[in-house]
Amino acid sequence: MKEIIENLKNGIIKSNPVLILLLGLCPTLAVSTSIDNAFGMTAAVLFVLISSNIIVSLIRNYTPQRVRIPVFIVIIATLVTIVDLTMQAFLPSLSKSLGIFIPLIVVNCIILGRAEAFASKNKVPNAIMDALGMGIGFGIAITIISFFRQILGTGNLNVFGNEIFQAPGLSENPMPIFILPMGAFLVISILLATLRYSGVIKSG
Amino acid sequence: MDNLFAIFISMALINNLVLSKFLGLCPFFGVSKKLSNAVSMGLAVIMVMTAASIVSWLIFFYILIPFGIDYMSTVIFILVIASLVQILELTIKRTNASLYNALGIYLPLITTNCAVLGITFINVRSEFNFIETIVSALGAGVGFTLVLAIMSGIRERLDIADVPKAFKGIPVAFLVAMMLGICFIAFSGMV
Repeated sequence: MKEIIENLKNGIIKSNPVLILLLGLCPTLAVSTSIDNAFGMTAAVLFVLISSNIIVSLIRNYTPQRVRIPVFIVIIATLVTIVDLTMQAFLPSLSKSLGIFIPLIVVNCIILGRAEAFASKNKVPNAIMDALGMGIGFGIAITIISFFRQILGTGNLNVFGNEIFQAPGLSENPMPIFILPMGAFLVISILLATLRYSGVIKSG
Repeated sequence: MDNLFAIFISMALINNLVLSKFLGLCPFFGVSKKLSNAVSMGLAVIMVMTAASIVSWLIFFYILIPFGIDYMSTVIFILVIASLVQILELTIKRTNASLYNALGIYLPLITTNCAVLGITFINVRSEFNFIETIVSALGAGVGFTLVLAIMSGIRERLDIADVPKAFKGIPVAFLVAMMLGICFIAFSGMV
């Protein structure tokens, strides 16, 4: 039991995929223009990560060592196709704003990395908890980044059409650079530096 | 002809893969520490990107669309890229030893490079014709190499600069990427 909780915590804090391992940067920076996109991306990644970890862990004793990477990639690509088609059918607007970053989950290093480094060597319950931890860690990072980008770039905080918060002054004169690609680089740079300065992450 | 030139410029400078589409960030920060490595990586990416775009365009429009199985594109494209990388690696190893020594270790990395898979999707979704696909893949590769080379030049200088401790390494690299992005906005009036 303790081991399972340890697996969960590992992904969220100790080896957070985005903030500490610096994996999966492309989707994190590209779709973090609004909180809606961040939640949509997290849900898609979480589904693919958990399912691929379960499947890889189930077949780990039957996969020949030499062809394991192609096998993992085909499993992940199939799961991503499922997510892509489901999203196009039920959430067309979200699917449109995430664009090519849904099919690009295939080459997200977090998913292949966990399949290779963890799921192919561990039992199913541990693999599920590891996927949950990594997925939530990814979600936390992308939500923080999109929170700052949306607040500073538009002045409002809208979540699924409900207005939660309006920054006084900012909503009349927002800083659109934060919605542009450069804003993503600025936000993640300052976020990483702050986390290092406060000692949450070891610098180096 | 004008149209092809516009596509090339737009892919290389205006809609640069790294700075405005966020594709290929892992090699952008991972391999940009030395100029020579950056150029080798860039050349490998140009080769694989063009080859992968050509093959996946042919497969998409002559096999997937006629048989109505275009929903399989994600699986097919990643397999195309993975096998192309293997073929290229073997061919270079047999024919040109010095080129293999320069590019060898970067070729396997390209399989999971989202820039290559991304550009095949962009070409198919923009409904480019065959020639436009080749030009757009070349442009994207050249743009990627250009930015990678600029970045590595700056990072070689940054290593000896006096950067605040918390910003050392990756955070300051992100800041440099932001400023490069602002510079590249200047190209947006060109086409």
